[in-house]
Amino acid sequence: MTVISPGPLSTVQDLGRPGFGYLGVGRSGAADRRSLRLANHIVGNDKSAAAIEMTLGRLRARFERDAVLALSGAPCEFRIDGAPGRMNTATKLLAGQELRVGAPSTGLRTYLAVQGGIDVPPVLGSRATDTLAHLGPQKLSAGMVLPLGLATGPTSEVDPPADLEAEPVLTVIAGPRDDWFTPGALLTLCAATWSVTVDADRIGVRLAGPVLSRSRTAELPSEPMVTGAVQVPPSGQPIIFLADHPVTGGYPVVAVITGADTDLAGQLRPGQHLRFRLSPGDSGDALDLRGP
Amino acid sequence: MAGMARELRLRRVGDGGLLVELDSLEQVIGLTRALADARPGGVIDVIPAARTLLVRFEPEEVSRTMVGQWLSTASRQDADDDRVSDTVEVPVRYDGADLAEVARLTGLTAPQVVGLHSGAIYTVAFCGFSPGFAYLSGSPAALRVPRRSSPRTKVPAGAVALAGEFTGVYPRESPGGWQLIGHTDLVTFDLEKNPPALLTPGTLVRFIEATG
Repeated sequence: MTVISPGPLSTVQDLGRPGFGYLGVGRSGAADRRSLRLANHIVGNDKSAAAIEMTLGRLRARFERDAVLALSGAPCEFRIDGAPGRMNTATKLLAGQELRVGAPSTGLRTYLAVQGGIDVPPVLGSRATDTLAHLGPQKLSAGMVLPLGLATGPTSEVDPPADLEAEPVLTVIAGPRDDWFTPGALLTLCAATWSVTVDADRIGVRLAGPVLSRSRTAELPSEPMVTGAVQVPPSGQPIIFLADHPVTGGYPVVAVITGADTDLAGQLRPGQHLRFRLSPGDSGDALDLRGP
Repeated sequence: MAGMARELRLRRVGDGGLLVELDSLEQVIGLTRALADARPGGVIDVIPAARTLLVRFEPEEVSRTMVGQWLSTASRQDADDDRVSDTVEVPVRYDGADLAEVARLTGLTAPQVVGLHSGAIYTVAFCGFSPGFAYLSGSPAALRVPRRSSPRTKVPAGAVALAGEFTGVYPRESPGGWQLIGHTDLVTFDLEKNPPALLTPGTLVRFIEATG
């Protein structure tokens, strides 16, 4: 397939390169793994196949051979040589046809899976573009030709996934450094409505809201970070780490979004609001909100 | 291992992580080594840092309790001090832009800085900052200098640098705030190699002064 126009940001992503954190290499991969998996499933790809992650849509591409594609994630209108297509549906194209994707109505990231997968050479076992570490393929640019792999499995029909919520509630588990904050900070985190600032990329999403105050002002020796970590720099305004987060960080993490909800964090768009809630049954390690 | 706390201090990191808090870099290195051999299935990553070590795991495949027990057992093992570890030798030309400043900060002459830096044996404590960037512990106390007050936007690949209790080699051009004392032509991160990083946690390292 040939990229005519990449839109604001399109990258190749798969499930990332786990297991290299000890070498300072992060996992990277799709910011919304569930939507990537769904798109791959629909076109019959292996779950590890690489697809294209569009940020705010608007990719235009021409297919040089017959292909089957599916779009999942942030809902976009799209057309194939002018004919409208449907999200989450296996869609055939003929050689020479052009795909034109609009901007998503909600959410941020839309996944384009093509039967056979995007077959660029893997780096450390993954085709993901790590925008922080500069590993993996270059981000898509006009004129770039992406090789497609051979079709593997049959296509699938799926029930459309639930719509993205306008004001999602992300479940967090307290810690590891909730005790570095004033006792009310975790409650504030979970009571406030936060807004997503424009400072939002594959590395992290900076939020705006009430200040989360620290009780310990000592410098935290750099410690390992994870996707979904809610890190609080000195400003008191939290940052949610996404797929390309740094492997280590020097600011305390007040709470971590559960694995199931980190995909929702990957769909947060600037200007949107969100809330957090503490995972049911989570007593935290250092702060028991359930009382004695 | 020496000085290892009897009860491990563990902190939850979401639903797929456990963070071990330790008292010193030496304990981090010791536990990293003790965990190197047998990993339970479902453990994805063991990531050491300055005073902590993170285990990432798939909660569907292995329970937090099991990971905790594995960590606890490993922490009670005696350090395998006899383990033979090859020492990686890093040839360095000590011509870094901050060598004079490091001499001023430490009250030493530049040749004394070079002599101390190349006279020590270091251990890779952990990697971070960028792929293959190894934090080497074992700096002589006399060489402990602060980071530069103003970081450089571009530090060249191969730069050998100092800051605080660490020394290291920048694997490729990047921003950086450490004091540059020299450079090496040795490639420390190569995607064609397995593992791609030359300086992996636990590796012993010596710097050799290169001349000419």
